[in-house]
Amino acid sequence: MNKVIEEKANINVNQKTRETNGNQEGTVEKTNSIIEVNDLNLWYGSDQALYEVSMDVPQEQVTAIIGPSGCGKSTFLKTLNRMVEMVPIVKTSGSIKYRDQDIFSSKYKQEYLRTKVGMVFQKPNPFPKSVYDNVAYGPRIHGIKKKEVLDQIVEKSLKGAAIWDELKDRLHENAYGLSGGQQQRVCIARALAVEPDVILMDEPTSALDPISTAKVEELVQELKQKYSIIIVTHNMQQAARISDKTAFFLNGELIEFANTDDLFQNPQDKRTEDYITGRFG
Amino acid sequence: MSIRVHFEEELESLKNQIKELALDAKSSLDSAIHVLYQGDVEKAKQILEDDAVIDSKEEKINDDAILMLAKQQPVARDLRRIVIAIKISSDLERMADHSTNIAKATIHLGEDHGIDIDPELREMAILVMDMVDLAVKAFENEDISLASKLAEMDDIIDKKYGSIVKEMLELTAVNPEQIQHIMQMAYVARYIERFADHITNIGENIFYLVKGKTYDLNK
Repeated sequence: MNKVIEEKANINVNQKTRETNGNQEGTVEKTNSIIEVNDLNLWYGSDQALYEVSMDVPQEQVTAIIGPSGCGKSTFLKTLNRMVEMVPIVKTSGSIKYRDQDIFSSKYKQEYLRTKVGMVFQKPNPFPKSVYDNVAYGPRIHGIKKKEVLDQIVEKSLKGAAIWDELKDRLHENAYGLSGGQQQRVCIARALAVEPDVILMDEPTSALDPISTAKVEELVQELKQKYSIIIVTHNMQQAARISDKTAFFLNGELIEFANTDDLFQNPQDKRTEDYITGRFG
Repeated sequence: MSIRVHFEEELESLKNQIKELALDAKSSLDSAIHVLYQGDVEKAKQILEDDAVIDSKEEKINDDAILMLAKQQPVARDLRRIVIAIKISSDLERMADHSTNIAKATIHLGEDHGIDIDPELREMAILVMDMVDLAVKAFENEDISLASKLAEMDDIIDKKYGSIVKEMLELTAVNPEQIQHIMQMAYVARYIERFADHITNIGENIFYLVKGKTYDLNK
């Protein structure tokens, strides 16, 4: 299926190594980057929400985005798969490259981008269908009809989302009957079913209890073996626990982007220190 | 400015407890040296008993710090403030232990040992007490230039220790019958020297607090 999608988009998959984080303060080790953002500005009508954001998202690592409410972190996340354009008054400038291709280019296939850059939201949003149909939804849209192929995809995706054992005997029950934590992991399985590269997570545990949160956090650690993950979180300890890199946004600007260990132990910018230590007045 | 008022108060309380413990450690050294020159065995025993108060103060600092780590989940400089509180309180407790070691030397010497206690030991101790004052000031103001002076003072202490030991060795050669007593004085010099090393560790912790990196001032 992967091959089909790539052929459809006629994309030249080209990995590139470069020194990350050329512009902002902080230190990020040299890594392969999967998404490169350069001088991104974004406006909702006449209100500017992002200012000159430049950031290279590392491949197969967890990048956390933190910052106070209204700092632009969710807007930034939704820009990475162009979901932000569902708001009609949005304008952008600058560039975002996914695997070296400009996603804002008129030739770029949005469906391809949405397949490769999946998203998980704050509140679990399963479809009012069975667990099986939720996970098989994406592959079916991509034209996969054979039951045995779909069976395999569903099993693999639910295993990938660490929920197969809990749900293998309940595949045909309605996903609405699951707990919030289970629903969220089904949504992650649904995102995995179309074989993405990047998973965007917008506060994926803020509606979950501590046990479900711990399960999702564990899952994120496993998923980074194969996927690049960008997670927006209000929970600073969560960012510190699960991410490799952390970006701190304030008033639409990227203030500091650094290795998570460095950012939480010894931030370079006073505004970062004030925010993470809770001294934001 | 801060929105974590309660946490700020807890940090302030931790800081005050450390300052208090530092002054206790300093005063224990002061008493131990005084008692040594007085040859007052009874007061020396009192110093040993008083050490329990210092131990319990160290324990209280550790308990408070661990609770703050668990409840406040601090990061960055706040995290370092709490980590160094635990480390500094341990150094202060060890410093007070050296004061008790000096008191024990007084007890070993007894009341009628008949030897003159080397005045250089008192000089050494006075310099070390100045180091405590400097360390408290550096800690209070999170001032690394003051903290770096501790390393210079520690070098002076190390030299004094070297010359006292040399002097004691020479004394044992001419007074072999007093070797036990002379050794006790050499031990006291050693305890004072170790006391100073712990103060230098406090200086290192202040560097760690401010810079976020480890430094060795004890070279």
